[in-house]
Amino acid sequence: MATLASLLPGLAVAYLLARREFRGRALLDGLVHLPLILPPVVTGYLLLLAFGRRGWFGAALAEIGIVFSFRWTGAALACAVMGFPLMVRAMRLSLEAVDRKLEQAAGTLGAPPAAVFLVVTLPLSLPGILAGAVLAFAKAMGEFGATITFVSNIPGETQTLPSAIYTLTQVPGGEAGALRLTLVSVALSMAALLASEWLARRARRRLGA
Amino acid sequence: MIEVAVRHARGAFALDAAFTAEGRVTALFGRSGSGKSTLVDVIAGLLRPDHGRVVVDGVTLLDTECGVRVPVHRRRIGYVFQEARLLPHLSVRQNLLFGRWFSRERSGGPSLEAVADLLGMAPLLDRRPAGLSGGERQRVAIGRALLARPRLLLMDEPLSALDEARKAEILPYVARLRDEARVPIVYVSHAVAEVARLADTVVVLDHGRVAACGPAAEVLRRGALFPGHETGALLHLRIAAHDEAFGLTHLDGPPGRLTVPRLGLPIGAGVRVRVRARDVLVAREAPRSLSARNVLFGTVTAVTPGDGPHARVEIACGDASLVAEVTRLAVHELALAPGLPVLAIVKSVAFDEETIGVVEI
Repeated sequence: MATLASLLPGLAVAYLLARREFRGRALLDGLVHLPLILPPVVTGYLLLLAFGRRGWFGAALAEIGIVFSFRWTGAALACAVMGFPLMVRAMRLSLEAVDRKLEQAAGTLGAPPAAVFLVVTLPLSLPGILAGAVLAFAKAMGEFGATITFVSNIPGETQTLPSAIYTLTQVPGGEAGALRLTLVSVALSMAALLASEWLARRARRRLGA
Repeated sequence: MIEVAVRHARGAFALDAAFTAEGRVTALFGRSGSGKSTLVDVIAGLLRPDHGRVVVDGVTLLDTECGVRVPVHRRRIGYVFQEARLLPHLSVRQNLLFGRWFSRERSGGPSLEAVADLLGMAPLLDRRPAGLSGGERQRVAIGRALLARPRLLLMDEPLSALDEARKAEILPYVARLRDEARVPIVYVSHAVAEVARLADTVVVLDHGRVAACGPAAEVLRRGALFPGHETGALLHLRIAAHDEAFGLTHLDGPPGRLTVPRLGLPIGAGVRVRVRARDVLVAREAPRSLSARNVLFGTVTAVTPGDGPHARVEIACGDASLVAEVTRLAVHELALAPGLPVLAIVKSVAFDEETIGVVEI
């Protein structure tokens, strides 16, 4: 959920950072990467300040029925924010790697800029975009600090895999459950990595490289 | 009819060029760094010049004075780049039809089959660009540009990335394009051989300025414009007869009869022959027992001494005119001067694939 929701904004930010020169580019770059460097707990606390029920935006959003705090949506938001820098990095690199000359050629054939992006730039950078999405997904799976600070650890609502494991290791007799979840976590991560590797290889083969 | 005027400065390089060209193939000739590519990028709309005006067949595509600037994708100017720039994620067929997806009128223009046939690409359609040879890629790039129904086709040194064998493979296709596709072409090159085989109009660029502009036959004979000893006369001749026994072909035309190595073309076909100045000998009287097969009667019209030991002698032969490069010593000893009747002698073996090209007359 977090991965899907952040895909489009991620692409937009990656495109801006890869292709455009504008005022505040460095600032945007810094903001996007902040969650990567900040302690997750700090990020979670900032989210709480911003999107909590009495937060800067949270109050306004609650008016129109969107509530993040202590809901699964909040967990998703936290995961998205934490995964965002990884996603943007991968996408930006792959967008930068697309040969501008091919885009020019498409333009001379009558393709307007938006179409060039859709049928040339996007397909050519697909391996990187997928890699970015998988990285963000993996990050979301492992998200702990920001989530627990922002929306706590409510089973079935805001519990992520690591927080569930943590909970299980804190109660007597929870080792078996923790081990099960650990296996699930390893399996999911492995599957995600393999899937991204396979998709990237398939895309590369299509390009004949 | 193409009208181009551009003033553009980038760092130390300044381009200030203007030309008007009519005809099927206009060659932009010049050494690298002379501004050829910048000029075609301006025509295509890939580069916005400081000042400029581009008019193709009466349609103004760029006029910085009036603030007119048609974006690249609406100019309908085909561009064949040095490297083919095929889209690697699409098949050859999809690459060819790429321009069709975006063209507004559905009908008109050549069909995929016609273009594939013209460029000999029918067997390649379902392949991917990565699996093609350099020559095949360039043919696909040409076909792709043609199928987008351009009002003008720009070819920026389309052969320079290819080896000699591949060049020889593509050049006839470009000639067919000129004769059959009926799209005006601007052909950028620094190879005299290509220009001589293809162009009607030649624009010579030097350090960002137009050094010469005019009909190919006229511009190509001007010595100072071209590097090395590549200048020469450009003749339009017809195949008169083949000599199977000796493997020769006789050509008839304005200067008289020329004998060249056997050409694989039917009698009556038009050919364009470049007679390099360095291949022409000048004699005052008919030599006897001569191996050279081409002896043309003519009259000296001009003698221009060069910087070094060379001199250029222009000779009118019938309605055509040849240029000979001889030593200044020879000019002195033979007393070559305008008005003098002479013989221009060319070895048949001086003609090769580089100097003879097919044309539709």
